[in-house]
Amino acid sequence: MTAALSTLRTPWRRVALGQWLVAALLAAVVVFLVVGSLQSSLFLQQTISGLANGGIYASLAVALVLIYRATEVINFAQGAIATFTTYVGWQLLAWGFHYWPMFALTIALAFVGGFVCELVAIRPVERRGNVLTVVIATIGLLILLEGLIGRIWGNEVKFMPSPFPARIYHLGGAAFSLQDLGTIGISIAAVVVLWLFFRFTKVGLAMRAAAVRPAAARLVGVRVSWMLSLGWGLAAALGAVSGLLAAASPSVLLQPSMMDGVLIYAFAAAVLGGLESAAGAVVAALLIGVLLSLLSSYVSWVTPALLLPVAFVLMLVVLLLKPTGLFGRTRVRKV
Amino acid sequence: MAPLLALRDVDARYGPVQALRRVALTVDEGEVVAILGANGAGKTTTLRAISGTVRRTGTIEFAGRSLIRRGPEAAARLGIAHVPEGRGTFSELTVWENLRLGAHVRRGSLKDDFRRVLEYFPWLERRRSQQAGTLSGGEQQMLAIARAVMQRPRLLLLDEPSLGLAPLVVAEIFRIVGELNTREGTAVLLVEQNARTSLAAASRAYVLEVGSVAYEGASDDLAAHDAIRRSYLGY
Repeated sequence: MTAALSTLRTPWRRVALGQWLVAALLAAVVVFLVVGSLQSSLFLQQTISGLANGGIYASLAVALVLIYRATEVINFAQGAIATFTTYVGWQLLAWGFHYWPMFALTIALAFVGGFVCELVAIRPVERRGNVLTVVIATIGLLILLEGLIGRIWGNEVKFMPSPFPARIYHLGGAAFSLQDLGTIGISIAAVVVLWLFFRFTKVGLAMRAAAVRPAAARLVGVRVSWMLSLGWGLAAALGAVSGLLAAASPSVLLQPSMMDGVLIYAFAAAVLGGLESAAGAVVAALLIGVLLSLLSSYVSWVTPALLLPVAFVLMLVVLLLKPTGLFGRTRVRKV
Repeated sequence: MAPLLALRDVDARYGPVQALRRVALTVDEGEVVAILGANGAGKTTTLRAISGTVRRTGTIEFAGRSLIRRGPEAAARLGIAHVPEGRGTFSELTVWENLRLGAHVRRGSLKDDFRRVLEYFPWLERRRSQQAGTLSGGEQQMLAIARAVMQRPRLLLLDEPSLGLAPLVVAEIFRIVGELNTREGTAVLLVEQNARTSLAAASRAYVLEVGSVAYEGASDDLAAHDAIRRSYLGY
């Protein structure tokens, strides 16, 4: 047993070196972005709009990480849940709600919906099956939700207004849209609120304990299965933030497949971040957003259709060099 | 007076293997009781049966309530702190977070509890923001007991607290457990490989053999018993 442990554990020198490399790489990226932005206003503009897209990916990526950490399951329905809740938001607006009350109510409804999804669709499957059965259940949930959207709201494109005035601020030669700044602000705020919740509240701590050591958590009185339902609720609420922000963007239309692309970027970000690290997912999501935005405006052959493949190549390269993702730690598994 | 904890006819099995057979034991309020036995005799399983981490049948009553249909979450809420084999430390979390989790089932301020814990384990103050997995084995065992103290249990289930620890550390841990028992009145049900240490700490003991209680009695009587002396004390 001890022999197996020592071969599995990465020597600390290598871990430290890897972490230094990642830190150096990130510092280089930040310097590059700052210098570039000071040199050129187009570069600055593209960086900001990339960060806005990255923020949308980040909230969905953190939702994926949340569920993965608790159950080691990738929730394929995460995008569909976000789309569904965005339609709910659209419906609330159609019924006469103002934007921000709708925003808050949609997030609350998403939380309840996610909670119920876990209770009804995941928990019965998990009790009997293994990780793979749960993954299949999430795919079933995805198909069900997409079908429901078509049935309730139809498949034609809908228009979702933006809460931000279409005003442009000029600073130097660069133009910032309030849309981009607002998107960055709200998505970062959502992630920070979630972090505070996990760090400082009793329930947040219990959820973390249930995720890392379910058996030990039960012994101190944590109701582990409720913590999993709560996790799904929080993930759905974050997904709602992501979906509402995406739909508010002028380049995205509200339709059943709205979050398909976002989910793939979010998935790439979660994997790059190491799947277990919410901070890693956020940084990776912002990087992906900025990189794609800069590539599409500076590299002529990268057309919008090529962005997805480029994201994949990037993900593959990083995973080849560092299989645990940028922020992942080599896990010590006891055998 | 009815005992704090009473087991009657308790059976437990892991798949086809029967681990406990008609086990009966009692622990009174404020009492320290030891469970002795060879490897695989069912000592750990007995603790698991009480806290509900293994499937079991029979009668288990704690403070007048039946535990048999309840899981570990409920046992913790009723006032049972189980420090399992391997200590159940949340090694990814900090020392302070581990202690907060100990008080999960309780309401109200953590400050008084933490002050109380520091009286037993003053060194925890300096280590409170350290990741629990980076503590030494002895420190982790003490953290596990400190976590249990935060819960303010009426009954503490201690599984092999001396496992893999140096004799001096073991002595310190047993000293603290004894102090907990006298000062807080916490009842302790102790599973220990080391029969001599546990007979010294407990007032009564049960000896398990292949899943059943073979002997029971006051610690002094058991220590003087010939068969037990030869099998478990080794002289």
